[in-house]
Order: sequence, then C-alpha cells, then structure tokens
Amino acid sequence: MNAPQLSRRGFLIGSVGTGALFALGAGPAHAAGKPFVPNVWVRLEPDGTLHLTCNRSEMGQGVRSSIPALLAEEMGADRARVRVVQAPGDPVYGDQNTDGSRSIRNQYEMLRRMAAVARTMLEHAGARQLRVPVGEVASVAHEVVHASSGRAVPFGQLAAAAAAAKVPHPDKVKLRSDIPPGGWDLPLVEVDEWTSGRAQFGADVQRPGMLTAVIVRPPVLGAALLEVDDGAARAVPGVHDVVTMPVPAPPYAFQPLGGVAVVARDTWTAKKASEKLRLRWSESPHDDATWAADLAQMREQVAQPGTPRRQRGDAENALKRAANVVEATYVVPHLAHAALEPPAAVAEVTATGCEVWINTQTPQRTRSLVASRLGLEEDAVRVNVTYLGAAFGRKSKPDYAVEAAHLSQAVGRPVRVQWLREDAMRQGYFHAASVQALSAGFDDEGALTAWRQRIASPTIGSTFDAARHELRDSELGQGLSDLPLAVPHVSFETHAVQERMRIGWMRSVYNINHAFAVQGFLDELAHHRGVPLPDFIKTVYGPPRVVSADELGVPLWNYGAPEGEHPIDIARYHRVIDAVRERSAFDAPPVEGRAKGFAVHRSFLTYVACVVEVSRAPGGGPKLERAWVVADPGRIVHRERVRAQLEGAVLFGASVALYGHLDYQGGRVRAGNFREYRLVRMHEAPRSIDVEVITDGHAPGGIGEPGVPPVAPAIANAWFALTRERVRELPFHPPHA
Amino acid sequence: MKLTVNGTVHDVDASPDTPLLWVLRDHLGLTGTKYGCGEALCGACTVHVDGRAVRSCVLPVERLQGRAVTTIEGLSPDGSHPLQQAWARHAVPQCGYCQAGQIMTAAALLEEVPHPSEAQVDRSMATNICRCGTYLRIRAAILDAAGES
Ligand code: FES
Ligand code: FES
Repeated sequence: MNAPQLSRRGFLIGSVGTGALFALGAGPAHAAGKPFVPNVWVRLEPDGTLHLTCNRSEMGQGVRSSIPALLAEEMGADRARVRVVQAPGDPVYGDQNTDGSRSIRNQYEMLRRMAAVARTMLEHAGARQLRVPVGEVASVAHEVVHASSGRAVPFGQLAAAAAAAKVPHPDKVKLRSDIPPGGWDLPLVEVDEWTSGRAQFGADVQRPGMLTAVIVRPPVLGAALLEVDDGAARAVPGVHDVVTMPVPAPPYAFQPLGGVAVVARDTWTAKKASEKLRLRWSESPHDDATWAADLAQMREQVAQPGTPRRQRGDAENALKRAANVVEATYVVPHLAHAALEPPAAVAEVTATGCEVWINTQTPQRTRSLVASRLGLEEDAVRVNVTYLGAAFGRKSKPDYAVEAAHLSQAVGRPVRVQWLREDAMRQGYFHAASVQALSAGFDDEGALTAWRQRIASPTIGSTFDAARHELRDSELGQGLSDLPLAVPHVSFETHAVQERMRIGWMRSVYNINHAFAVQGFLDELAHHRGVPLPDFIKTVYGPPRVVSADELGVPLWNYGAPEGEHPIDIARYHRVIDAVRERSAFDAPPVEGRAKGFAVHRSFLTYVACVVEVSRAPGGGPKLERAWVVADPGRIVHRERVRAQLEGAVLFGASVALYGHLDYQGGRVRAGNFREYRLVRMHEAPRSIDVEVITDGHAPGGIGEPGVPPVAPAIANAWFALTRERVRELPFHPPHA
Repeated sequence: MKLTVNGTVHDVDASPDTPLLWVLRDHLGLTGTKYGCGEALCGACTVHVDGRAVRSCVLPVERLQGRAVTTIEGLSPDGSHPLQQAWARHAVPQCGYCQAGQIMTAAALLEEVPHPSEAQVDRSMATNICRCGTYLRIRAAILDAAGES
C-alpha cells in the first residue's frame, strides 16, 4: 500500500471552490515512457495502469473503493486498470483526517475536479492525435474516443503527450454531466486481501530486528508513577528492555498516558513480563469515582436549572401553565469504541528520521506529534497508513504512535506497540455518558406548548482544555440545538460534569445520547396523545420548510457545513419518515409476539429513519427480528458500500442498546474484555435489514455515522410497544447488574 | 519445538507456553490470524488444528506437537475456497479485521456439516465477533457457499 515516490518539487498549493487544499502537478515531463501525473491524485503509466490516490483511511467504510471510484468515473477510466495508492501523511493530500463522516461529503467536488483535470488533458492529447476538434471526443472506458469516426486512442498511449501539456486550473475544467446522484453499484475493491489474510493492518507490519512493547499505563487517570520495580520483568527470557515513560499532565489531548513499557522479542513475552512489574502509583482525584455516584449526581443536576443554551419564549412559565406535563429522564452510559483491532503502531527511528506504520485515521496529526516528541522536522517523519481494523474515532488519537516512536528511540530498534484488549477497554478515549431530563407541556387542546431539556454530560472539550466541563456548542449541535421544534416555548440547559476518563468522539458521538433521549421521549408523548409516533413527530417538527438558525434561536453548527448548502429541511425528514413507514408496514397489525418501534434523526447532514421489530428474547430483553432503514444522504458514490454502512450501523446501534456500558469503580474501568463489554453476535442480529437510500440532487452528507443514532431509540420504542415497559436507561443488559 | 503450519514444519524458538496466535504472528510472520481479545471471546484468531476450529490465542504452542495447523494463509492456495468466493460475491467485509477468523470458523463448520441450517450457522458463528456488523452477509455467504440459497 505504499505510495509511489512522488516528487515534492513542482507541486503548488492552490484552492478550489470547496476551499479544500490540493496539490497541483505542474512542470512538463517530456520524455516518452514517463507517467502522466497531473496532480497527486492521478498517475497514469504508459502501459495504461492508472494509480489513483486514496487520501483517507480505510476502516470499513469502503473509502478505498469509493474515492478511487469517483476519480475513475469522472475520468472515464476502466476500473480494472486502477490501482489504489494509499497516501502517507502529508498536507499535499489535503485534509486526511478520516472522521466526521466527511471523506466524500467534503471532497466530492474537489476529487471530481482533480479527475476532470486529468481527463481534460487526455482528451486534448487524444483529439490532437486523432486530428479532430476536442469538442468531438470523449473519455470512455480508458480511451479517448471519437464517436463519429469510431476511432479511439487508449489512455496509456496518451500519457506522454498529456504529461507534456500545461495543467489547467481545477476550477476551469468542465465536470461530466452524467455522474448520477445515486452513485454506482460497484464491486468492493481488494476483497480478496481481507479474505486471504493478506491485508496489512497496524500490528501486521514486520521490520527487521523489530521488538514488541506492551505498556502498563496509569490505572486511574491522574495517577503518577512513584516507584518501579522491574527486576522480575527483566528476568523473563526474551525481555530486551523496560522503559519508563513520562506520565503527562492534563489536558491529555493526544499525549500518550505514560507508564512502563516492557520491550521484548514477541508479544507474549512482553505481556507476561509486564504482569511481573511492581509499580506504585500516586493518589488521583478520581480514586473514589464510581459510575453509580456520578450518575446519581448527574440526575440531581438535571433536576435543577442549568446554563441556558437554546431559548425561545418562556419554557418555565409555559410548563407551569400547561394543562398536562410529561417528564422523563434518559441515561446513556459511557461507551467504548471496541474496534476489533486494538491500537497498534510500528515505529523505526533512524539516524535521520522516523518511519511509522499505523492504523490511523489521522496520518498528518500522527506525523506532527511524532516529530515533536522526537524533536524532528515533520519532513523527517514518514507515516504509512495501513488498513484499520475499524476505528470508530479511537484511531484518530495517535497517542500510540508516539509511544512506539518514543520506545524505538529509547531502545534503538524498530518497535511495535501492541495495545492489549484490556488496555483498549480501560485506557482509551471514551464516549461520554449523558443524563437528560425532558419536560413537555401540553395545553388543554393537546397542543405541545413547551419543551425543556436539561443535559449533564462530560465534554470532549475536557480532553483538550482541563478547565472545560460543560458541553460545547458543537456537541449540543449534534441533535439538540439543531432539533426542529415547532413549539412556542423551548429551553435547552446544560450542567458542568467532572470527567473521569479521557473523553473522545466515538462513531456518531453525542448524537447517540441525544437521539436516544429525544426519540424515546417523543414516543412517550405520542402515546400520551394517542397518535402514531411518525405523525406526532411531523406535528412537533412542523410543516415542510427550511428551519433557519433564526427559528432555532441559536447559531447552526451544522457539522461545519454552510447552511445554504445543507439546511435543516423538514421535507427531507418527511420523505425518510414516510418511506420507512411504508417499507416496514409500520401501521399494519404486528405479527403475534412482536412489535415495531420507530425513530428518525438527522446527523452529519444525512436524514435517517429506522424501524426495528422486536420480540422477547428467551433470556429477557428484546430480540431483534427485522430492521428497516431509510436514509437520505444526498449524492453518494458507492451505493453498495453505503448500504453496508447502514447495515453495520444497525448492529452498532444494537450493541449500544443491549450491552454498551463502560462502568467504573475506584476510578478504574471495570470491563476488561468482551466478557464484560459485550457486543452483539450473529444470533442476536436481526434476520433481515431492509435498506433504502434516497438520493437526489442534494449535496452529499455523511454515511459512516448517521445510521447509528436512531437504532437504540427504535429498539427501546419497540420494546415499549411490545411490553409497555419504558426503558430510559441504557443498556438493556447492564454488565454488572 | 517443531510446529506444522499449512503443511510446512517450522522450528520455533518461543517459550512453550506461548499461545499459538503469537507464534504464528510474531515468529512465523503469518499475520492473517488476528488478535482481538486473547481470551477466546472474539474468534479473530481462529485457525484449524487437525481440521477443527480453535481459538489460537489460548492454545499453548507446546500442546501442538505432531498436530497440523491450518491458518487463513493455508486455507486455499489461491483464495479460491468456496467461502472466499462467496465472501466476494456478497461483499462481506467492512474493515476486514474479523474476516479471516470468520472464514476459518465457517470452513470448519462446512467440513462437519456441509449443508447447515440457518440456526446451525448462527450457533457455530456465535464464537466470532464482527464489530462492523457484517453478520447478515456472513450468514448469507455461508449458506450460499453451502448451496443453500
Ligand atoms: S483473539 Fe482469540 S478469540 Fe479473540
Ligand atoms: S469487518 Fe470489521 S470487525 Fe468484522
């Protein structure tokens, strides 16, 4: 997966309409036999082999299929001739940060323009060779074709001529008019890499002389290392060294947690020896922290007014005057990413620099952090991106690359850092718990007049600013401050919460918490009113319209996207609501012993409605029977991978609903492995997942994350429909109950 | 210690209590077998020993004298095992990390029960976690490979 060496010379930085950075290949390369490299995305060999760059990390979302597919289609290339090149961490490839469901949505226009530059140049070269006007040729299946004469020149034969021409500005080239908004049904590239075991993940990289490290990190956040007795560990045959690493002060940001590393000839030796370390840790402010006590405190907090964050009218007063008030408190605990591949990285420090191989979502950040830890210029650090054994946000924190670089420098050999499952479970960056108290007031005609929601939840901001303890606007913007409410009196309030662990973003992030509370509460209100939930939601969200920031009463964070391009569009809510209702026969009488639940949520600029059908599992709690998902993500590229993401999101959401709970006691996370932190298995998966994707001309939204948030509330709502038992605190099966 | 993997006898210089998983990965460079939990909970490390699916992360290598280990690299010489083909037809993998273990578990199942029912598939595959949630496609691919769909 290494990139061909691209010369840094001759690349300029410019910008296209999207504001994305890109590199522009300039400078003619005359000699025949030279490849055509108009920019860093495209490299056409004279034999026709087409190297297309993937600048984002492949972590199961299919980006190594979709980015090259978009480039290839815009070029009119034959996909069978395409080889995908994984970009190393380098700003020349634009923003490589693979999170926030934006690999396609933020790059769609830019990528097309880069490919159109290449196509335009090939068409000019082809027209010259065929001696016809350029307006009469087109790129089809790896050839420049003159349709009226039936003559054609293969791309490869045009490489040299195209390479000698001047590269047009990407804003000046014409895009193809026939790129379908619904994308294409394309094969999954490289599927045999995975099925044969050849695909190289982070821990699979082997370097000559490489050693493996297992690190014992502070058991409680904030504990400092007081004493190390490594005698017994060093005595284990195969142990090469024991290295003490500094424990950082908050804010933790992306710093390694420090601790003591055993560096050994293999993973098993390192693990065994690490268990023989005798370490003394200092006290920590979190030594007495328990989830039960923190939860009780958060429940008390949300019973009280908090910091006003989104206000309209006078919700307090309206609730007092209401004919009916419904109140409920919803709880989502902390959650772990639990990607099946734990963090792992290989670093090789040499006299002149450092090379890193890592399953990272963020190669550029990795590069700068490694460079600064080693005191190197960034240019002296190369970061190679392997396949990611999923990531879900954990692998956008490259603390483990810094650990590997530190250790390689310390022992003078290439070092692989292997996080054990227990390390990943206990010392990651975790999804924040949330406690939310909701109150709704109805007037005597049954109209909803007041909505008040009070939230206590640790903020990701605390990981980067030790003084920050209250949700940031961008976090409220994930399903609360952007929640359409055609209700005259609205109040959203937050409380400060002491975080007990490094809080990070996990797939769908705060949307999971907020959708669970809002969609569950709406179901309660719909039952209170005796109205089907889809109809009730339409009433509460109001008639089809664009909901402006003005109407919301707060600035629209909108995942960083312009409001004009990605407004909150109630008509799009209606389309997914109606479609899933119909496909799932939501209103039909249920199958005996089963019931359906509904939820809808907009996140990452994509609208998703979900219906889950449940029965009673033999061991208690819901058994998932069938699921239906309708998404409106706007334009897409790889139809099949979009469906795969939405299918996977149902399972991810099901694990959140049924099992997800990262409990702690004495400041220590209790779960160590999948015995305590359970994930849904095959027999617990629904029998079928029906996926419908609505794609029209709307600008592309995200796909990796938006499928998750509606799943847990749909399951809880289905459970209520079946049993009349309202589950307001996740998960259904707490691990230590 | 001698260890037979994919038909080749290797001389292994590892501590005898080392789980097979780490011998495969760290000593023999056979990295298709994955680490997910180390406690026989996730199935990522599944290989065949004398044709049966086992979790290599809890199997000390000293117990494998005279036994035949097959890893994903040895399942078929060219990736043409019916399951590998079915996996491609159904575009099963997402991140792909669990898939070698899934295929090895499924391959042992089909050896034993060439035409499993859906319930049998679910039961056998319950040993293997897929965090990306590809279960429905795995199930469909197994039934397809078994000629059941
Ligand atoms: S690594 Fe062996 S079962 Fe998980
Ligand atoms: S495909 Fe990612 S864990 Fe199964």
